[in-house]
Amino acid sequence: MGDTAVFRIAGLTKAFGPNAVLRGVGLDLRAGEVTVLMGANGAGKSTLVKIMSGVHKADRGMMMLGDKPFSPTTPAEAMHAGVVTVHQNINDGVVGTLDVATNLVLDRLNGAGRGLFFNPRRIRREAREVAERMGLGIDLGAEVTDLSLADRQMVAIARAMAHEPQVMILDEPTSSLSSNEAERLFALIERLRARGVAILYISHRMSDIRRLADRIVSLRDGAIVGQFDEKPLDYEGAVNAMLGQNLGRHSIDVRDAHEPVFSAEGLRMAPSARPFSMQLGAGEVVAVTGLVGVGKTQLAETLFGIHRPLAGSMMLDGVPYRPTTPADAIRNGVFLVAKDRGSTGIVPEFNIYENMSLPFLPRFSRMGVTRRGRERQVARDQIADLKVVCRTERDDLATLSGGNQQKVTVARWLTQSSRLLILDEPFQGVDIAARHDIAAKLREGAGARATLVFLTELDEALETADRILVMSENTIVGEHRNADVDMDRLLAEVAGQRSEAAGSL
Amino acid sequence: MESRMAEKTSMAGNSGLSVREIAIRYGFLTLLVGLIIFFSLATRGFTSPQAAVFILQSVSITGILALGVTATLVVGGFDLSIGSIATSSMMAAAYVMVVLEQNALVAVLVCLAIGALVGLINGLIICYMRVPDLLATLGMMFLLIGLQRIPTEGRSIATGMTLPDGSTAEGKFSQAFLALGRHRFDLFIDNLVPASVVVLIVLAIVIWFFLEYTRFGRMMYAVGSNERAAEFAGAPVKAYRIWAYVISGVFASIGGILLAARLGRGDIASGNNLLLDAVAAALIGFAVLGAAKPNAFGTAIGALFVGVLLQGLTMMNVPYYTQDFVKGAVLVVALIFTFALLGRKAR
Repeated sequence: MGDTAVFRIAGLTKAFGPNAVLRGVGLDLRAGEVTVLMGANGAGKSTLVKIMSGVHKADRGMMMLGDKPFSPTTPAEAMHAGVVTVHQNINDGVVGTLDVATNLVLDRLNGAGRGLFFNPRRIRREAREVAERMGLGIDLGAEVTDLSLADRQMVAIARAMAHEPQVMILDEPTSSLSSNEAERLFALIERLRARGVAILYISHRMSDIRRLADRIVSLRDGAIVGQFDEKPLDYEGAVNAMLGQNLGRHSIDVRDAHEPVFSAEGLRMAPSARPFSMQLGAGEVVAVTGLVGVGKTQLAETLFGIHRPLAGSMMLDGVPYRPTTPADAIRNGVFLVAKDRGSTGIVPEFNIYENMSLPFLPRFSRMGVTRRGRERQVARDQIADLKVVCRTERDDLATLSGGNQQKVTVARWLTQSSRLLILDEPFQGVDIAARHDIAAKLREGAGARATLVFLTELDEALETADRILVMSENTIVGEHRNADVDMDRLLAEVAGQRSEAAGSL
Repeated sequence: MESRMAEKTSMAGNSGLSVREIAIRYGFLTLLVGLIIFFSLATRGFTSPQAAVFILQSVSITGILALGVTATLVVGGFDLSIGSIATSSMMAAAYVMVVLEQNALVAVLVCLAIGALVGLINGLIICYMRVPDLLATLGMMFLLIGLQRIPTEGRSIATGMTLPDGSTAEGKFSQAFLALGRHRFDLFIDNLVPASVVVLIVLAIVIWFFLEYTRFGRMMYAVGSNERAAEFAGAPVKAYRIWAYVISGVFASIGGILLAARLGRGDIASGNNLLLDAVAAALIGFAVLGAAKPNAFGTAIGALFVGVLLQGLTMMNVPYYTQDFVKGAVLVVALIFTFALLGRKAR
């Protein structure tokens, strides 16, 4: 087995400051095989990829390409040695304003020994060779900006293939492709596999993984925690290893909802997705869990009026609820603590109290003039309540740590009472202490409102929620009361298997 | 945010500030005071009330334009069309009074309407046609420079001019309108403060209060700092951005009214420097009190700074053709001060 490995990693470690990201990763990639790497956010996948592709240098450990040591110091060096990477962001892999042919041979235009002039006809010829070898059915004269995302991705991969690589790393290549487009990509990947390229494929999409994987490797907290290569592949085992849930750690006092607050009927989130329904009651905290990219954020933002559902209806307190803007949702008492506070939550140039009052400024103003005294009083209360570490409520948000910024982002939506509070990954980039503070506050204040929390990490869902809904492929596939949860069924649902019980939802 | 700055200052007063922080916060104001002291000692008559008023008058029109462009800077935009809005509005005022023979009120209303309309169109192009702010307002600048010449076939407007159809323009600037540029209010000394200075001070206070103390101003800062976060907090982001351009357009048209009133005719060649001077004042304002962002107080100080410097140099007999060089040098220093010392990212 080991003798067919073309690429070997052993004992790789990497730390950024005091943060150990990789703690001794060992991995073999074999020729003509697709190895899928699974890992939750922050498991260390991208750091591993960056070390393999020469962006970062490992602290310790070694890499072997064939029988030679491999330690690239730049991406170009890794590429010329035969390890190419296609990054998640498709547009990083192509130059939009050039035509396909030039893109395909772009790397040959650089480097020592190239002439000053280039010959357009030769470029065409070389590009045609590359395109034919890869079965790329794209007009070579077309400008890349005119191509679909999938075609751009194909061009990026074909371009990478021009180097005759031994190892190809694909970092979530399907994350912005439709299923039809993805299918064309898979055909290309299969062609690469047949040519004997060792492929490391990083993805969260179970459908991709089922389609392509020869082996699955699970990464968690900077170490390989599971390798699966026996057919049929144990997908649930892989998901389980990646999420690393530890049963019995959570001890929450599960509550049942009293009167219903929010309901959705026949909601359809994507053209091919099965419609689903859900009910949320006052006093309960409901978690929606599922892998990255199954449509959790889309659902959260739909409830908040940023997107429209393709079909279905929603009711809030017995009245039809059809939000068209976030302002509309806020007026109706539906609040969203959005994912990724950096881009959608905080205003970095504002201080704590200005950030907290932001959505509710009309309520803090008289005749349009803000009442700072009240703003500051409310902010002081929240700071004390959520144990935000700061000097005063006038501190600029940029001076706070990530966990404290997240507390402020959550606290903003707790300053006013809501009917439905939605939180999308509220624990992202937050340490355990801050996470407990936030979760405790959520459960404590859940009394009159319905609370819906979107969480990829199963641990966090088990720690926070009274009820857990499982999402997969843009629909809800399972429901569990958070007491004596059937973990096997839950994991099967996360891995994309629709359970019997889900039909009744 | 001036008031916040004041809070911080009082707080920091007892906790102690590093030299660097003091330099950042008070550097520019100290420089301004230093300049005033220097010119007072080096020249005769610099400290007289008349000289002070003259400085204010010299920066009043650019100051008003700068306050307007500050609003667009606050929402993360830019308005290059302010100079041409001002000159278009000047030409419009002259046309309305001289050719159409209307009164001062009509002239002022037409100018304000032009400013608001152009600002609205700028905002719509930027928000809905997704043209980048610099390019949209650059295009609008060109358009207006050309447009203001069409009604008179490229001639300046004054009483007695020959119109395109061969007749002679009989109307003239009304006395009420000219008073906007020439009347002086009494303040301790008779006939001291010109109307344009009063307009500048009033507008500065209005826009400062609006940006710092109203929820609309706060939301505009939020839009400029993190547009998505503002949207997720329920703000109608596009409306705020469009309003910023309307404010900028209206302020520029007020500047144009004062320019027309001062000149007493529609001069096709005037107002060339308005855009650059106004933008410079607003950008110098970033450095005032270490704000590192657009703010009305800083803009006003920035305009004053340029005025003091030019007046002082003129009184020291430095030739007029060095003026642009001096302004440019001040702007470069202020920008370096803002972005290098304060370590904030551009705009």
